Amino acid sequence: MAELTLNYAQGDAATRADALAGPAGPKPRRALSRRNIFIYGTLIVVSMYYLLPLYVMIVTSLKGMPEIRMGNIFSPPVEITFEPWVKAWAQACTGLNCEGLSRGFWNSVRITVPSVVLSIAIASINGYALANWRFKGADIFFTILIFGAFIPYQVMLYPIVILLREMGLYGGLYGLILVHSIFGMPILTLLFRNYFTSLPEELFKAARVDGAGFWGIYFKIMLPMSLPIFVVAIILQVTGIWNDFLFGVVYTRPDYYPMTVQLNNIVNSVQGVKEYNVNMAATLLTGLVPLVVYFVSGKLFVRGIAAGAVKG
Amino acid sequence: MRYRLLTAALGATAALTISGPSQATDLEVTHWWTSGGEAAAVAEFAKAFDATGHKWIDGAIAGSGGTARPIMISRITGGDPMGATQFNHGRQAEELVEAGLMRDLTDIAEANNWKEVVHPASLLDSCTLDGKIYCVPVNIHSQQWLWLSHKAFEDAGVPVPTNWDEFVAAAPKLEEAGKIPLAMGQQPWQTSLAFQVLVVALAGQDAYNKIYGDKDAEVAASPELAKVFEAADQARSMAAKSNVQDWNQATNMVITGQAGGQIMGDWAQGEFQVAGQVAGEDYSCLPGLGVNEVIQTGGDAFYFPVLADEEKSAAQADLAALMLSPEVQVAFNLKKGSLPVRGDVDLDAANDCMKKGLDILAKGNIIQSPDQLMSADSLTRVNDLFVEFFNNTSITAEDAQKRFVDIVASAD
Amino acid sequence: MEEARRPNQLFRNLNAKFAAIPMVLTALVVFVGGTIWTIVYSFTDSRLLPRENFVGLAQYERLWSSSKWLISIQNLFIYGVCLLIFSLVIGFILAALLDQKIRFENTFRTIFLYPFALSFIVTGLVWQWILNPQFGIEGVVRSWGWTSFSFDPLYNADIVIYGILIAAVWQSTGLIMCLMLAGLRGIDEDIWKAARVDGIPMWKTYLFIVIPMMRPVFITTLVIIASGIVRVYDLVVAQTGGGPGIASEVPAKYVYDAMFLSQNLGQGFAGSTMMLLSVLIVLIPWAYLEFGGKKRG
Repeated sequence: MAELTLNYAQGDAATRADALAGPAGPKPRRALSRRNIFIYGTLIVVSMYYLLPLYVMIVTSLKGMPEIRMGNIFSPPVEITFEPWVKAWAQACTGLNCEGLSRGFWNSVRITVPSVVLSIAIASINGYALANWRFKGADIFFTILIFGAFIPYQVMLYPIVILLREMGLYGGLYGLILVHSIFGMPILTLLFRNYFTSLPEELFKAARVDGAGFWGIYFKIMLPMSLPIFVVAIILQVTGIWNDFLFGVVYTRPDYYPMTVQLNNIVNSVQGVKEYNVNMAATLLTGLVPLVVYFVSGKLFVRGIAAGAVKG
Repeated sequence: MRYRLLTAALGATAALTISGPSQATDLEVTHWWTSGGEAAAVAEFAKAFDATGHKWIDGAIAGSGGTARPIMISRITGGDPMGATQFNHGRQAEELVEAGLMRDLTDIAEANNWKEVVHPASLLDSCTLDGKIYCVPVNIHSQQWLWLSHKAFEDAGVPVPTNWDEFVAAAPKLEEAGKIPLAMGQQPWQTSLAFQVLVVALAGQDAYNKIYGDKDAEVAASPELAKVFEAADQARSMAAKSNVQDWNQATNMVITGQAGGQIMGDWAQGEFQVAGQVAGEDYSCLPGLGVNEVIQTGGDAFYFPVLADEEKSAAQADLAALMLSPEVQVAFNLKKGSLPVRGDVDLDAANDCMKKGLDILAKGNIIQSPDQLMSADSLTRVNDLFVEFFNNTSITAEDAQKRFVDIVASAD
Repeated sequence: MEEARRPNQLFRNLNAKFAAIPMVLTALVVFVGGTIWTIVYSFTDSRLLPRENFVGLAQYERLWSSSKWLISIQNLFIYGVCLLIFSLVIGFILAALLDQKIRFENTFRTIFLYPFALSFIVTGLVWQWILNPQFGIEGVVRSWGWTSFSFDPLYNADIVIYGILIAAVWQSTGLIMCLMLAGLRGIDEDIWKAARVDGIPMWKTYLFIVIPMMRPVFITTLVIIASGIVRVYDLVVAQTGGGPGIASEVPAKYVYDAMFLSQNLGQGFAGSTMMLLSVLIVLIPWAYLEFGGKKRG
């Protein structure tokens, strides 16, 4: 397991290259290749389970409705059509507006970006304070916060309406951003607090000795060392807020409705003719934004300590 | 915000040129009509409304009660109500009306003579509380239909049934031919719909009204109702092999002849039409299961929350009057596939099944929907019971009826 | 850390206290306030709108006499235990595999995570299709010649909850894997060096050294999974709508249906009060263990 550490990584890569280049080698090398077969084999088999529904969705989204009615969900489309995709993005009607998903796209961006930034900023600082600068009573509030993670959203709908009304934020964008930050807080705070707790204490102590203060340590040491957990937080929040439908419709007006309202309207009509291909295309289109975020931010999944915040 | 101001400004200039009946303003309308045909129908309302110089701001949200209710109540209690909203009429909005949150439309109704033109009158009754009218019924949808596949019965070598009993009698033949006699989606609302239909079709209008309206537990315990539960038991075994979820998948089984029939509302017709089937040739429709030819006058209605803004209130009045005007009624209902709420309009474009519906309507064989008669809470308990019964063969018809009697006795 | 902080505690903690203001406000106003509000109204007969007409324990009596509620709880229990075990085990194994300096790590991670981004409504539909006996997996396997093959979890009331579980594992393990991966990346590399030098086998290093070190991350994961379990709603609605019959009902759905479908807010609040009460029963002893004894930051 040497290659798990970065210090050894380069040397190890060289060894592995040797192993691949050479013929059947001695024991450790053979173990390495058998190990690789095991690892990649497992990953590929598991990937199939994850990709099967995705495959069905893509295939269905490329078929025409008559073909879907024939009922073989696994068969590839006989005649590929991109019409469902075009329809989902630009033509599907929700009530009077036949602009498909494109209509709510910018609203979703306007909601998601500030909400994600705000909620992560609050929660990471909060988690840092809880992990490294504990003060009296903090545990009680933190426990309440964790409790909050278990409250079904729907139960809180009406009290929040009253709260927003009293604050004068009801119906606008800021109110919605606030709601997202509030409901993101329990899990995110827990995420950051526990991550910061698991970091070696020596780092913090050394920085204190060097005279760094609350914010100094946060920005210079904790932030760079916790990139992976920030990625997890971004994944959580982007997904959650981008896909949110309930808060979007309950706390704002039609001017601010996010894309998921259109998605819901395309997908969720109960008593109309169901266009499965357009449904699938619309779902995949809506999922593209989080997907891009996953893929791009994935580069930040580095080993925090090796990323080199503090050496020695 | 800028967008809103802009549209308001645009609306204002438009009004100057067209010179509408009152000050032009935009009005946000919430509804859950989002699928193709439904959206086209709503567009008729919006077109007519915009023509008066106002502007229709569309707030379409798919998914009826469960989604619409939290939105409405949040918006109203949050102090930012919409201009108008679709809602199931009848008992469900009672509380909002009692709390003084809904606008009294009586003056508009009197000015436009709604009492005379709305047919059947019960539609307006369910919009009425303490003599005042609070909502505008816009269409009639009925659930009491049995849709039958001609192909399935041909394959099984039996004639297409003309009523429920013949259908039950034909079931074994259908099964021999490898068909599923009764197609039924597994979603609970479909099973409860079927039960409501069985009650009114087999036990008759009076029993239905006594049970759902008067909450008469004795009728619920009567032998007539025992027959209904037996029929439900038969339906249960006829649908045992039906394994789809959505109602339209079940309809598709009828269209392709894999299943003999389906109990579903008049919206199922859309699926037959899309599949290119012709009523009377490829499929039959039996209102009231062919036994008691009644249809339910449920449907959709619009409510108008009380607004502080006078201009918007005036626009509300315009919209309310417009929704019941003859031209708009015809245009809307043809697109929607539902029946108009005015007896004095012509629907030439209606197909066979719609005409059957219109006939029954004209004869006055109509019932109110359970929504109009019973509180949503009690209704849910009835529905839960039947859904449980339908999916659990260890509950006998007698047991189910006993529990039904208990629920009816404590219902409100 | 403790020592470093002690000298002038008030001044040093000012920043931390300032940073915690949003948390304190959220905890007190939203969560405590909202919960109390909910509990108070669970003793009323509120229907569509909240109203103060108190009826004592009537809502609770009705709740516990409802077979739908009882089945919901039973389902939640089965679903919860299984999902907890599956997603923790699978999530950790996947993370450990991805942490082996493999190629295409980013691709694999994105594949496992993608389900997390898709709306429930449609993924529920797709799983419905895949698990449909006619045109899903069962149909395909039978068409290969294995005619007695049977796999129809969504259509069999006895096992329907496991059908939902399959989709839930599919949907949620990606996130768990990411959390675990982030946790693994936070482990001090010296640990691995030391373990290697001592000749400890890999699985032992994971089991006895790494996992105990990741305790905080595991707790985070546990809370995320558990809160997801308690609140499970969309997935059930999308896949079965609670059916066949009421075989796959869950408490959150009971609450939501009561509040917004049957217009019985009081009943919904009673249900959610019971849910929150059981969360508290688990949470308070945990908080006591976590914070009560002598702690380390």
